[in-house]
Amino acid sequence: MGKQIITLTVNGEKHEVAAEPRELLVHTLRETLNLRGPHVGCETSHCGACTVDIDGKSVKSCTMFAAQADGAEITTIEGIATPDGMHVLQEMFREHHGLQCGYCTPGMITRAYRLLQENPNPTEEEVRFGIAGNLCRCTGYQNIVKAILAAAAEMNAAREAAQ
Amino acid sequence: MKDLEDRQERIDNLKGLGCSRKRVEDARFTQGKGNYVDDVNLPGMLHGDFVRSPYAHARVKSINIDAAMALDGVVAVLTAKDLEPLSLHWMPTLAGDKQMVLADGKVLFQGQEVAFVVAKDRYVAADAVELVEVEYEELPVLVDPFEALQSDIVLREDIKDEKEGAHGARRHHNHIFLWEEGDKDATEQVLDEAEVVAEEMVYYHRTHPCPLEPCGSVASMDKINGKLTLWGTFQAPHVVRTVASLLSGIEEHNIRVISPDIGGGFGNKVGVYPGYVCSIVASIVTGQPVKWIEDRMENLMATAFARDYWMKGKISATKDGKITGLHCHVTADHGAFDACADPTKFPAGFFHICTGSYDIPVAYVGVDGVYTNKAPGGVAYRCSFRVTEAAYFIERMIEVLAIELNMDAAELRRINFIKADQFPYQSALGWEYDSGDYHTAWDKALAAVKYDDLRAEQAQRVEDFKAGKTRKLLGIGLTHFTEIVGAGPVKNCDILGMGMFDSCEIRIHPTGSAIARLGTISQGQGHATTFAQILASEIGLSADSITIEEGDTDTAPYGLGTYGSRSTPVAGAATAMAGRKIRAKAQMIAAYLLEVHDNDLEWDVDRFVVKGAPERFKTMKDIAYAAYNQAIPGVEPGLEAVSYYDPPNMTYPFGAYICVMEIDADTGEHEIRQFYALDDCGTRINPMVIEGQVHGGLTEALAIAMGQEIAYDDMGNCKTGTLMDFFIPTAVETPHYTTDHTETPSPHHPIGAKGVGESPNVGGVPAFSNAVHDAFRAFGLRQSHMPHDHWRIWKIANDLGLHG
Ligand code: FES
Ligand code: FES
Repeated sequence: MGKQIITLTVNGEKHEVAAEPRELLVHTLRETLNLRGPHVGCETSHCGACTVDIDGKSVKSCTMFAAQADGAEITTIEGIATPDGMHVLQEMFREHHGLQCGYCTPGMITRAYRLLQENPNPTEEEVRFGIAGNLCRCTGYQNIVKAILAAAAEMNAAREAAQ
Repeated sequence: MKDLEDRQERIDNLKGLGCSRKRVEDARFTQGKGNYVDDVNLPGMLHGDFVRSPYAHARVKSINIDAAMALDGVVAVLTAKDLEPLSLHWMPTLAGDKQMVLADGKVLFQGQEVAFVVAKDRYVAADAVELVEVEYEELPVLVDPFEALQSDIVLREDIKDEKEGAHGARRHHNHIFLWEEGDKDATEQVLDEAEVVAEEMVYYHRTHPCPLEPCGSVASMDKINGKLTLWGTFQAPHVVRTVASLLSGIEEHNIRVISPDIGGGFGNKVGVYPGYVCSIVASIVTGQPVKWIEDRMENLMATAFARDYWMKGKISATKDGKITGLHCHVTADHGAFDACADPTKFPAGFFHICTGSYDIPVAYVGVDGVYTNKAPGGVAYRCSFRVTEAAYFIERMIEVLAIELNMDAAELRRINFIKADQFPYQSALGWEYDSGDYHTAWDKALAAVKYDDLRAEQAQRVEDFKAGKTRKLLGIGLTHFTEIVGAGPVKNCDILGMGMFDSCEIRIHPTGSAIARLGTISQGQGHATTFAQILASEIGLSADSITIEEGDTDTAPYGLGTYGSRSTPVAGAATAMAGRKIRAKAQMIAAYLLEVHDNDLEWDVDRFVVKGAPERFKTMKDIAYAAYNQAIPGVEPGLEAVSYYDPPNMTYPFGAYICVMEIDADTGEHEIRQFYALDDCGTRINPMVIEGQVHGGLTEALAIAMGQEIAYDDMGNCKTGTLMDFFIPTAVETPHYTTDHTETPSPHHPIGAKGVGESPNVGGVPAFSNAVHDAFRAFGLRQSHMPHDHWRIWKIANDLGLHG
């Protein structure tokens, strides 16, 4: 099958890649661009392990063709840490034991990253609803929710301090 | 005072036992830097994919691979014919049976592996799968194990005339084994003469561990130096190496098995699957690395189901509730091949822990294993070999007996618990329970949830319901479970002949840090964090200075792997014992340095101190340096130790769980108002990790009890092959859990620890299920099979006439 050239800006870096029209974005990210953070847990849009951020929205990259993302700005888990170190969410997941096997974690944190921009001050219920597209088999979510709420509090405090 | 503070500070610096140390694994995982099998990417790597059977039972008339081979990018298509000359078209199972690697003349379950396509990328491989033409002739299907035992239809033609199986006599061509334990005659006599007998069929449905990462492998045969490297989702990498050697004829030293990061296992990754074998063969045939990664549908349909036990129980008691006997007959649906992952001598695992937490004087268990047209497996899904089934069985039977006796189920449990002074306790089915204090745990749990208030509220609710004031019922689900984990003892536990010990090897570096390697492999349990803590407390170096490595058979000592909550009881013990060897040598070195006799020294946190002269000491760091830079008479240089630990007994963690559930009688919807979980896993290594394990196990229990199942229709079609049909709770369905603990150390484990990862699943399933049953007890419900999805709960209400 013929390949076409598409342009993706991933974690701030612009790439031109050749992809078949049927190639799933998750495979382009993982195999062509060597970004192994997004994982594949189902390929049917259920588990969220492949979640990335595309033009300001959480997207399951197993359910989108790379060609559909032509021209898009994409953030993966690899692009979430800041130059000064881990993102608050990453710190809080560690602090509150929000992960075990780690397979859901990149998708989960990437989703939480967007959730806290959509709603910087969520209730526990809103967090639970907000991450319902991401499955975790290990943690029972309780510590993930705790980690996200703790990150929200810390980010809000930092924002206030900056103002 | 100052000395005490100083000592406490030294203890804290170790981050040893009892410390909620943050996990060292997390920096990688949170930044997307894990290394799972699908992340392995080798130059020239090919991709394998399976042609699978659409039928549950059919003869394979022909396979035509021409069109597939003609497709650009396809390198090979393997069928049973290609594997036969290597004797690899069938493989032995862990249960003493054999299993087809690729369909040999017929298929026995939907999704069975028929041909293996190898291509230059995964898309081409998937295209080629579509191009392989297989001609089938459908055969009649058996999906019901009771029917299978009566039917003339022969499933396993390869062994149809064999009267003896791996576990004794077979009485029918679809029968696998009858396994018995206990005193049948005595039990039947007690039942015959009993004042009260409760009888019930308890079904624990077929489900699946479904870790978020599916199974997979990458095989790379280096033809020049004759070495095979195999990466894969292996919960027991060393056993995989031995099996791979036996099957392929490649000498074991030429095989290196690597379990990289594993995205959850829960029993799914214990077995050996056709995909692993095919990736190896394909790499040998093509001379290139071959990757095989199953997709979710393949995972749910073909690898490693769990449970599927029909448990017919009889329990007898005196009129005032003292249990006198227990009888259980299980019809176990093993699917098309007996591929259960149990220690060799235990075809029904440790199911005979089914007397539970109760002092039952006489008992009998018989388990009939049966072939059907379903996927093989029978793995321990987050439990120690069939312990979940056993716990569910006894905890349902207790509830049914309580109904029969018209007694409160909490009280019935209390009067039958094994008492603290009865430990070590010999059970009627042959186990020696190491330690426990059930009454204390139970009282603590009942007090924590204000049990009496809950019962009063429930009684009021029933009245209100009957008066038409509410449509919601209240269920109080009780469970007191006893697990058996840490296989263990080599004298009666082995996997394919390999004794179930485990191991740890420690090297102390000159500057006072260390690496320890173990025969186990973490799949999220956090071994790199917690095993370092065990060691820190033993050898007095900070856990932060200790690297833990597992999963590479070229470097780690031989071990039997991680499943059945055996890592802490067995490898954890090996770690402590190896640490003690280090300390023993360190003591000799310290004595030399301090110019005293060995016996004049005592260990204090992180140092050896001269007795009576606390200012004269050598820290472990000092000693480590000396071990490498001084000639000490009579002592070899270096500081290393290895321990292979054969546990004298299993460990018996226990717990008390209470679930309070609101149920809408009209919609069948439920809401978990409260879930209280008290666990006793002996000595607690890392409370944070323990709590995380409990949350996770309870959520898997919630899934199983409330909706998750592998279901088939009459044609043997698997109806639950995607996450759309197979229930995994999201954060929305998952309740908030309250965790608690008591601490009764194991008397025979070096640090008193017992293992905890699976307790919440073992205890959680009956707690959720009992809550559903309890909500309807006042209306006459005795037993209703799981999973209790909304429709089934609605149906209970409807059958009881609650819809008017
Ligand atoms: S892999 Fe994309 S949602 Fe599961
Ligand atoms: S940490 Fe294992 S799936 Fe979430």
